[in-house]
Amino acid sequence: MNIVDAVLAHSPALIVAVPLIGAFLTPLVSRLNDKLRNIFVILVLGLTSSLVLLLASDIFTKATQGLPSIHRYVFGSQDLALPVVRILFEVDGMSIFMAIISAILALMAVIYSWAFMKENTGLDKYYTLILLMTAGMLGMELTGDMFNFFVFLEITSISSCALIAFWTHKGEAVDAAFKYIVISAIGALFVLFAVALLYGQYNALNIAVLANAIQYTFLDKIALVLLIVALAMKAGIVPMHMWLPDAYGRAPSSVTLILIGATQASLYGVFRVCFTLYGGVFNSLVITSNTIGWVIATLAIITILMGVTMALRQSDFKRLIAYAAVAEIGYMLLGVGTRLASTYINDYGQITFPAYGATALTGSIFHIMNDALDVGLLFLVAGAIYYATKETSLNRMGGLARNMKYTSIFFIIGLLAVSGMPPMNGFASKLLIYESTYQLNPILAIIAILASIMLLAVFVKVFHSAFMGPALPKFKNVKEVSKSMLIAMGVIAAIIIVFGLFPNLVVENIVRPAADALIQHSSYITHVLGGI
Amino acid sequence: MIFNIPFIAVVALILIGLYAVVFKRNLIKMVIGITLIESGVNLFLITLGYREGSVAPIYTSSPGGIMSLPVPQALTLTSIVIGVAVLALMLSLVVHIYRHYGTLDARKIGRVEE
Repeated sequence: MNIVDAVLAHSPALIVAVPLIGAFLTPLVSRLNDKLRNIFVILVLGLTSSLVLLLASDIFTKATQGLPSIHRYVFGSQDLALPVVRILFEVDGMSIFMAIISAILALMAVIYSWAFMKENTGLDKYYTLILLMTAGMLGMELTGDMFNFFVFLEITSISSCALIAFWTHKGEAVDAAFKYIVISAIGALFVLFAVALLYGQYNALNIAVLANAIQYTFLDKIALVLLIVALAMKAGIVPMHMWLPDAYGRAPSSVTLILIGATQASLYGVFRVCFTLYGGVFNSLVITSNTIGWVIATLAIITILMGVTMALRQSDFKRLIAYAAVAEIGYMLLGVGTRLASTYINDYGQITFPAYGATALTGSIFHIMNDALDVGLLFLVAGAIYYATKETSLNRMGGLARNMKYTSIFFIIGLLAVSGMPPMNGFASKLLIYESTYQLNPILAIIAILASIMLLAVFVKVFHSAFMGPALPKFKNVKEVSKSMLIAMGVIAAIIIVFGLFPNLVVENIVRPAADALIQHSSYITHVLGGI
Repeated sequence: MIFNIPFIAVVALILIGLYAVVFKRNLIKMVIGITLIESGVNLFLITLGYREGSVAPIYTSSPGGIMSLPVPQALTLTSIVIGVAVLALMLSLVVHIYRHYGTLDARKIGRVEE
């Protein structure tokens, strides 16, 4: 066994352990030198990202060749006598897909913070919290244990609350953090309650073991509702979205970027619950699956409309983007809803789903990554403008394209991508969602397309009021932002363009295996149970 | 257990906590509500593992007879530790909010004036 194989075999543990150890070393390194600490944090996250990419390449190569690709990592005794009490990490295509997003976002946020946060004090705590949050997100995505999921959920929410309130001199930031911690504390307790309900019935905490044993009793229905409500609350779906614009809009931009990752980790939880934990139930009960699918699709449409219409009337730059982010979450859910609502019983009495159901799921998973990149880029641009001008209101901006030409180019890229214009990546995934929802119900697709056009209108207005127009005298001395921020924005913009130009490559090699991993829930179960 | 009293207590605690979080305007009372929900969930976990007449699950010095299940107790311990961290963070945020706005009324804080 050479060293690459050894690293690969232990990578599920290392992906969580490296940022965790890095987090506790950061205050020590910070004592030595500030620059050294920044380099150290970037190195830690770079190492984490490369581990994620190593594991991802292994999983995706095996998955495209049709080989079993799930990695199982057992913590503690390998002795198989006591299956219940051990913690397992189970990494399939979907988990590693989400882990790639989280790791890349965290790395970009840290590079961006180098210049963006340099005038702040207390940066040792800032970087410690960022690393803790990254460890929490990655743990949520890789774990195969319900209780472990709860623990990582809490790690993520505690550290992200502290980060949202990082600018404590602004009362609004602390208020947003308080809102977020109330939401996430209640959400996490609901998750724990649901886990306890499942544990009380099946005497197991492992997701695969539970998914295998689940009977869909009355208590299971309560647990399902609690899990979906709690995770949807943390993902910012409409009736529970009120914390999201505050938290996204008032946190430092670099933190917002990671916060997108944390939101999507909760969304991953919804996917996992719907398709793996209750996957067997939904696959065998058409009516339940259809009902839940239609509920999710309706919520998604309301989320899209709400996000877009609220974005229209905002004058605060970051708050406006935050409402656009709410709308984008709706698109992802629309795909999931379509997939669940499209199951039917065919002529032979088997329960199956049409091809567009799979397309919908592929589109919505692809859109998770695109949303993270597009909305993330827009937030970084908003942060760059705040950094250069100390201005947040769109009414007091204007003519900035004269001073900040790279930033305005990045904003155009983000604008086109988020509103689903070709040749950006948002177009590729939104087209998949449109064409599949159109086959389920044309009205859904039409509303989704209209909302997308409204999103374009919103951002064209923003572009005009912030970047175009006469040069304002107060912005005469505004300069382009420093290199580290440009690098972070440039890398994300480059990924957006590459994904937009070669969507097939991405869909075939990364997104389809992730969608397959989610659909084939029985292989997830057998792979884990076979080893125990 | 008589009339499932622990489970009734669990539901009562969670509902009272939710009531406090949703309807109370004072931030401290909302924090108290969250702690009540947390106690309810912890009580539920402990009740799940308890059997009547059982002893603590310490294998080396057990007097014999049935033991209660140790896993829910381990889960509860973890949950309590996390709960303390959340509580401390929430209270520190409340302190900051009070310093900034001079009030704890949820209706009066966090408004952005255009």
